Amino acid sequence: MQFSESWLRSLCNPPLNTEALCHVLTMAGLEVEDVKTVAPEFSGVFVAQVLTVEKHPDADKLNLCTVDAGQGELLHIVCGAPNVAAGLKVPCAVVGARLPGMDIKQAKVRGIESFGMLCSSRELGIADDHGGLLVLPEDAVVGENIRSCLDLDDHLITIKLTPNRADCLSLLGIARELSALTGAPLMPPEVMPVAAVHDTQRTIILDAPAACPRYCGRIVRGVNAQAATPEWIKQRIERSGIRSISAVVDITNYVMLELGQPLHAFDDAKLSGGIHVRYPQPDERLLLLNGVEIEPAPDMLLIADEKRALALAGIMGGEPSSVTAVSTDIFLESAFFAPEAIAGKARTLGFSSDASHRYERGVDFDLPRLAIERATALILACGGGQVGSITEAVSPEHLPRRAPVKLRPARATKVLGIDVMPERAAALLRGLGLRVAQEGDHLVVTPPSFRFDIEIEEDLIEEIARLHGYDNIPSIPPVARVAMMPATEFSRGPMQIRQAIAQRDYHETVTYSFVDSAWEADFSNTTATAQPIVLANPIASNMSVMRSTLIGGLVDTLVTNRKRQTERVRVFELGRCFFRTSNKNNSAPVTGFDQPLRLAGLAAGFAAPDQWGVPPRRVDFYDIKADVEALFSPHELSFEPLIHSAFHPGRSARVMLNNQPVGVLGELHPRWVEKYSLGQAPMVFELELAALLMTPPTEYAEVSRLPAVIRDLALVVPQTQPSSAVRNALLAAAPALVRDIMLFDVYQGKGLSENQKSLAFHIVMQDTQRTLEDAEIEDVVAKLLVVAQNDFGASLR
Amino acid sequence: MDNLDQHLDQLAISAIADFALANEPAKLEDAKAVYLGKEGSLTVLLKGLGKLPPDERKVAGAAINVAKERIESALVTRRDELKNARLEAQLATESLDITLPGRGMPCGSLHPVTKSLLRIEQLFRSIGFDVADGPEIETDWHNFTALNTPENHPARSMHDTFYLKGEDGKVQDDVLLRTHTSPVQIRTMLAHVERYKHLDTLPELRVICPGRVYRVDSDATHSPMFHQVEGLWIGENVSFADLKGVVADFLRRFFESDDMTVRFRPSFFPFTEPSAEIDVAFTSGSLQGRWLEIAGCGMVHPNVLRFGGFDPEKYTGFAFGMGPDRLAMLRYSIPDLRLFFEGDLRFLAQFN
Repeated sequence: MQFSESWLRSLCNPPLNTEALCHVLTMAGLEVEDVKTVAPEFSGVFVAQVLTVEKHPDADKLNLCTVDAGQGELLHIVCGAPNVAAGLKVPCAVVGARLPGMDIKQAKVRGIESFGMLCSSRELGIADDHGGLLVLPEDAVVGENIRSCLDLDDHLITIKLTPNRADCLSLLGIARELSALTGAPLMPPEVMPVAAVHDTQRTIILDAPAACPRYCGRIVRGVNAQAATPEWIKQRIERSGIRSISAVVDITNYVMLELGQPLHAFDDAKLSGGIHVRYPQPDERLLLLNGVEIEPAPDMLLIADEKRALALAGIMGGEPSSVTAVSTDIFLESAFFAPEAIAGKARTLGFSSDASHRYERGVDFDLPRLAIERATALILACGGGQVGSITEAVSPEHLPRRAPVKLRPARATKVLGIDVMPERAAALLRGLGLRVAQEGDHLVVTPPSFRFDIEIEEDLIEEIARLHGYDNIPSIPPVARVAMMPATEFSRGPMQIRQAIAQRDYHETVTYSFVDSAWEADFSNTTATAQPIVLANPIASNMSVMRSTLIGGLVDTLVTNRKRQTERVRVFELGRCFFRTSNKNNSAPVTGFDQPLRLAGLAAGFAAPDQWGVPPRRVDFYDIKADVEALFSPHELSFEPLIHSAFHPGRSARVMLNNQPVGVLGELHPRWVEKYSLGQAPMVFELELAALLMTPPTEYAEVSRLPAVIRDLALVVPQTQPSSAVRNALLAAAPALVRDIMLFDVYQGKGLSENQKSLAFHIVMQDTQRTLEDAEIEDVVAKLLVVAQNDFGASLR
Repeated sequence: MDNLDQHLDQLAISAIADFALANEPAKLEDAKAVYLGKEGSLTVLLKGLGKLPPDERKVAGAAINVAKERIESALVTRRDELKNARLEAQLATESLDITLPGRGMPCGSLHPVTKSLLRIEQLFRSIGFDVADGPEIETDWHNFTALNTPENHPARSMHDTFYLKGEDGKVQDDVLLRTHTSPVQIRTMLAHVERYKHLDTLPELRVICPGRVYRVDSDATHSPMFHQVEGLWIGENVSFADLKGVVADFLRRFFESDDMTVRFRPSFFPFTEPSAEIDVAFTSGSLQGRWLEIAGCGMVHPNVLRFGGFDPEKYTGFAFGMGPDRLAMLRYSIPDLRLFFEGDLRFLAQFN
């Protein structure tokens, strides 16, 4: 909410400069977001009256003017403004004046001396108006400094109000707060009831009393709809960011800003019969003031007469019944609408209004009559008219309750951590206009009609804290009982996983959880029936579905980096993937959804950074396989063939831990390499974080002091034979003295046929108790060879 | 006898001189043979001892052995000298260009937000906070209702909250992408109460909940996905003064700086009361003197305590929520939030 500082000071004027005043407001929860001066710095500009205007002899567009600027003598000034005319009062910058960006000197203009300059609002830096001289009101005093005449030393203050403080959506509300905070007296405007001179009234029927329990109306006849808005009203509403429209509308806006009560003026000639506050009838339509025709939803409250809907209650008036330049009789509305009845309605229609903003948050339900009197008085003062009496319809049982709230000072002390004395608490709360009574050791507080945010004890504790000042509450290290937290050795945290993969030269990225639906189709391997989870309101079409794999984001990161000339890319992400599940798993935090955390990595380009002494080699399957194995270490993994839409079918694997699938790895499918213009295929892995977090319990195995014996066995097997099957079979057949069987060489080529390969194993044998004998060693090797021959048709190389 | 002593002395002097002249091991061994070899001068003398009368033999033997030891000691010394000289010469040929870079793989990096989260976790763990996690597709109940955010609250509108389409294509109104990490408060409270339901008085609950959150917002300073860390401390005697103490302490430790002012400014959140925004202003550096909004906090609202299973008469607590993205930007002087989500390695690799 924006307002003029001088308007606020007219209602409460503490001895504080602008900065200090703003600080007080901010630290009370009315955060000052912005403070602007109304006009830039300038000097030497006075109210002047143009006395004579003659054409410049040598220039068509210039005039020679005689001006009285209250300087003791008349000034001769050359002026080029199209609207200059004798009799006008305008700002005049005299010789020596300093304007924004220009100093005024005595000068010759096309051969004629000019002693100053008549100014437009643009030249004074107060508006961007090109229209010519700034014409001042007729009652402006010649010679008065323009800054005081137009109150240009005023500031525009913008405060960011929290939704609970509807009572501060008015100057009076802010002033009330300022008074409570500083002790400076509150000077509310004096509102005297205006005596009625006729008794024409419209009956008011509250058809929906819960939504509208109070409605005041008054007819004012013979209003001059074309009267100019008084300059001071115009200035105040404009400095609050509201455009001046016509006197009647401006006055309703003025009273809303001043007191917080939204008002509406109908053209009385366009109304027929009594006023109903009711819900819509079927097929009813309403053309609003903003030009939009709506079909109000059944829960949108309307103001209607006997024939038709007139306005959207508490939100916006209707076009057909609005006040125009030819209106003479007006019907003023000042009502209370329940916040619940208004909240969210304007937003559903796609707009907001000053009225709905206030009603949604809560308007003082005792204010309508006072506000209508205030508006009437201003209208009379400006355009005249004959005032009728006020019709008030009220349904007392539907007005908001203001139940007393108990405050225990001991409770406030406990919550705030400061000693709260009952007397001090009572004084602070009374300062805000709350009624306080002491009963025993506690206070009973009754909130006023303008406060909608005080229902429980904490609401009062907050008010005490605010007024006491958060700054005055000490900042103390808490005292607490200490107890150690459990820490299991057999699991690790996600941070450790991140550090482990970063140690292997991967850089962490964070990509969006919502992705392009094409990525889901390309990388997720879900079957056609499993549709991705779709956002109802995505911010962009390429961020429209929840990801079920992290691979898309990593491929996109690769694309981004390739565009920026980074060839070697190694990135990882740890994040959630999202799936719908039909199984109503009660242990899932949100029924119907699986949201596992996963770790995915991508490596592209050379295996090692370009460097001396290491021959360049493209990263391949076995490089990232080593990364995956290292991450799971000391677990032993196994790998199974994988068919997955993201991967090259012959160069990818399912990662198995204890016979459970825990992830996938491999080379990206050539189809996607081409589609995403990746050049060379990147290597990708994606692992379940839950599996990575488990670490196996450590078990001691005896360390032998006796020498180990190593025999090598090179076996020729079919080229397609998976090596792990051979090793597993050898391990299974090996007696206990075989400590390990290690594959140390794979050979294809010269000496072997094309469909053969040689697998060379170290057979490591050792006993913890005795030295092995040659015979048993040879026996083991022979036995293993037989197994290889029988199971795999292997031969010795 | 004097002759023998003189002779021995001369032999020793000559041997030492010969050893010194030998400039490689083979020559040294040749020189050694001249004195100590099978036919060497001393060997010959020792062999000749037998021919001497017994009384002379003893004295002569002792003298010869002294001379032999002298020569052997000189030999060992000279051998070491030659060995060392040879090693020196070898080392001189073996020196490397120690300025060449080391070979192999460098290290990767953690995301700057992760680095900040790591610090946040460490600092809060040091005063007994645990770390909790929660789902990102969250129920409306956990995200709003249980956090005292009424049905008509603007935060529930489609303007701020991402909703999902059900399998029937219609908007699902019971789930959403969490708009803050606060729902983890509720989950943690309920789990805590369940775990200690056999006790008369619940142990204190101290937890932080870091994670991703989502809002319909995207510009230079807003991302539709960003991070938050929620903090919660509930106990029998937890006050607003404690909240101020913990958060102000945290900020000083996080930024490793006392050159800052922390202020708590009254604000409003449905789930805390009293509520505050926390602003910091650095007293030096490029951001000097500007108030920067860094976190929201407050005393847990009694309704929220009730939803979490705590009796608000017995227990009080505070909660805070801060943006690690913002903290990381300030800590590392990162000018634009979007850098966090672009994945540019030239940016990411700076944080290893």
